[in-house]
Amino acid sequence: MTDVEETLKRIQSHKGVIGTMVVNAEGIPIRTTLDNSTTVQYAGLLHHLTMKAKSTVRDIDPQNDLTFLRIRSKKHEIMVAPDKEYLLIVIQNPCE
Amino acid sequence: MLPASAKAPHKQPHKQSISIGRGTRKRDEDSGTEVGEGTDEWAQSKATVRPPDQLELTDTELKEEFTRILTANNPHAPQNIVRYSFKEGTYKPIGFVNQLAVHYTQVGNLIPKDSDEGRRQHYRDELVAGSQESVKVISETGNLEEDEEPKELETEPGSQTDVPAAGAAEKVTEEELMTPKQPKERKLTNQFNFSERASQTYNNPVRDRECQTEPPPRTNFSATANQWEIYDAYVEELEKQEKTKEKEKAKTPVAKKSGKMAMRKLTSMESQTDDLIKLSQAAKIMERMVNQNTYDDIAQDFKYYDDAADEYRDQVGTLLPLWKFQNDKAKRLSVTALCWNPKYRDLFAVGYGSYDFMKQSRGMLLLYSLKNPSFPEYMFSSNSGVMCLDIHVDHPYLVAVGHYDGNVAIYNLKKPHSQPSFCSSAKSGKHSDPVWQVKWQKDDMDQNLNFFSVSSDGRIVSWTLVKRKLVHVDVIKLKVEGNTTEVPEGLQLHPVGCGTAFDFHKEIDYMFLVGTEEGKIYKCSKSYSSQFLDTYDAHNMSVDTVSWNPYHTKVFMSCSSDWTVKIWDHTIKTPMFIYDLNSAVGDVAWAPYSSTVFAAVTTDGKAHIFDLAINKYEAICIQPVAARKNRLTHVQFNLIHPIIIVGDDRGHIISLKLSPNLRKMPKEKKGQEVQKGPAVEIAKLDKLLNLVREVKIKI
Repeated sequence: MTDVEETLKRIQSHKGVIGTMVVNAEGIPIRTTLDNSTTVQYAGLLHHLTMKAKSTVRDIDPQNDLTFLRIRSKKHEIMVAPDKEYLLIVIQNPCE
Repeated sequence: MLPASAKAPHKQPHKQSISIGRGTRKRDEDSGTEVGEGTDEWAQSKATVRPPDQLELTDTELKEEFTRILTANNPHAPQNIVRYSFKEGTYKPIGFVNQLAVHYTQVGNLIPKDSDEGRRQHYRDELVAGSQESVKVISETGNLEEDEEPKELETEPGSQTDVPAAGAAEKVTEEELMTPKQPKERKLTNQFNFSERASQTYNNPVRDRECQTEPPPRTNFSATANQWEIYDAYVEELEKQEKTKEKEKAKTPVAKKSGKMAMRKLTSMESQTDDLIKLSQAAKIMERMVNQNTYDDIAQDFKYYDDAADEYRDQVGTLLPLWKFQNDKAKRLSVTALCWNPKYRDLFAVGYGSYDFMKQSRGMLLLYSLKNPSFPEYMFSSNSGVMCLDIHVDHPYLVAVGHYDGNVAIYNLKKPHSQPSFCSSAKSGKHSDPVWQVKWQKDDMDQNLNFFSVSSDGRIVSWTLVKRKLVHVDVIKLKVEGNTTEVPEGLQLHPVGCGTAFDFHKEIDYMFLVGTEEGKIYKCSKSYSSQFLDTYDAHNMSVDTVSWNPYHTKVFMSCSSDWTVKIWDHTIKTPMFIYDLNSAVGDVAWAPYSSTVFAAVTTDGKAHIFDLAINKYEAICIQPVAARKNRLTHVQFNLIHPIIIVGDDRGHIISLKLSPNLRKMPKEKKGQEVQKGPAVEIAKLDKLLNLVREVKIKI
């Protein structure tokens, strides 16, 4: 348990990371370092997107599965790591 | 009628005859009217009357039942008709006899209605019907009570047609000439006793009855049916089946109980910390991704950058610094050992300790992955400094470690406790001096894990893991050849040689080299415990590293604090090549991709790369890797990537990429195929050695 906590702490304190959040299978945020409204927005939208991406990958080959999703935009990068029951979302500003 | 009155006096009283007679008469006249007189006579007249010629039968015979069956058989039809069969030449009875009985036949003919004859007949019939009706009307008034048969039918139509009959007759006469009259449509009724009567049944009053049940509870359910959902369901089903199979196999009541207890414990634990444990995998991946973003340029360089300037630099190469690995907890410790994992090519192990005799503190073992430079994958700490380590080739989760206090330990990476899985102790034969090198060997005959260790106390010990315990066997005791000094008491001291490094031959299993503190290298065999196969006077100071060439079976290399690196052929007592690096050499390592390339690191912070095929006398790359103050202690080549890791005495590990010049493969001549493989490498080195040997012989 503490390993995961530590890992999350490290991720949060890493260079360029704006925020992290953990979302459960229904799209409800469980843990977040951002403010409420932003969190809810991110959680809802990314949950749908992840479901869609997962569905796409699996439709093509059911033995395959989604491991990671990265959305790079002008301002920052959103990374989503899906798990069986949870989603881990990290927003980072990659230093360029 | 007559016989009745004659028989009566025999059985009945006198009165009867008169009443009977009356009764019969009355019956004749009676048609629904009631006579109210003489109820006695009525009662009596109900007694049965027998005709005189009636059969007299006994009671039993009377009660005898005669069954009458109605069949469709013709009673007059013959029952056994026989015909002559010409085929068989005999008379044969016919099975089925025609039961048809014709009662009445009339031959007639049909004329179509519309034809001339048909119309004429029709017209004649009409005429006859019309005249008959008029006759009836006249004659019927006087004929009311004559016939027995009820004339109701006739009277009715008669009375009905009374008035219109006259008119009808007139009509008939009138319409004679025009068209044949249509007879009045009459209902086809029974001619004998038809009576029209209507009645209405009682309509039950209608009553509504309702009942309402509570609707069953409903919930909304939605799901998608995809190919992968179906696949998932099948996989789950398969897993369940396999589980049940396993359960069946391992069926013991004790096992079940303990299993249940364990299950209960697990569930209570899990419910507490349910949330985040499941995230561990995702968190790990995420950390690596975040790191990749931060060190994106390094990652790109690692993968794709090749120094283009190398084309112009003839024989010189460069080292491109990539990631730096450091950890706060290991800050003041030196890197004492480096080892790449043979299976997971991005994972390497680092041992931390201290070379300083005075400043001995704790030790650490960290395993880093190239994918995550900011935090180690595994971390172990120990009381005593780690001096050496080795990872098993077949079991890449087993790490053998030698400590400064002489102990050896085995860490199992699958169980991330901070404690080693197995450890030696003073009782179990630990070394009395720091262990300088450990190396895994092949499993012994009982499939037990086995490794060797060398230490300054002069012993080379073989450790075997037997039934979860480390058992040691002294293989060799190093002795110093030379005069034994005599102490006044008459004791003879045999100074013990101190082993500082060793390496096992790649092919010849039992042969290995040991480097000592005195600067000598001994070639030993596992089977001979007291004698050496050979001795080489290698260096003036202690030998830091000995290493066999990965391709050429005869060549090995040694380095020492006396500033030199020497390359030997184990059959020849003098070294083939000697290199002076102007500073104490910490470590030296062969490259895995070429038999002529090796790297050396020195205490002045520089890394030297040599390629004997290109330049026999000089390094093709000399590059300061760390700050001046930091002494480089170890170097290792990665097995597949073109990078080296270098450790220093401040606890930093730097990874460097080799530029193309340093990785040169022999140029292919036009028309010839590029030969790759160990044979080529061996040949390459052989050529060089022969040159040197020739030179030597000449001299």
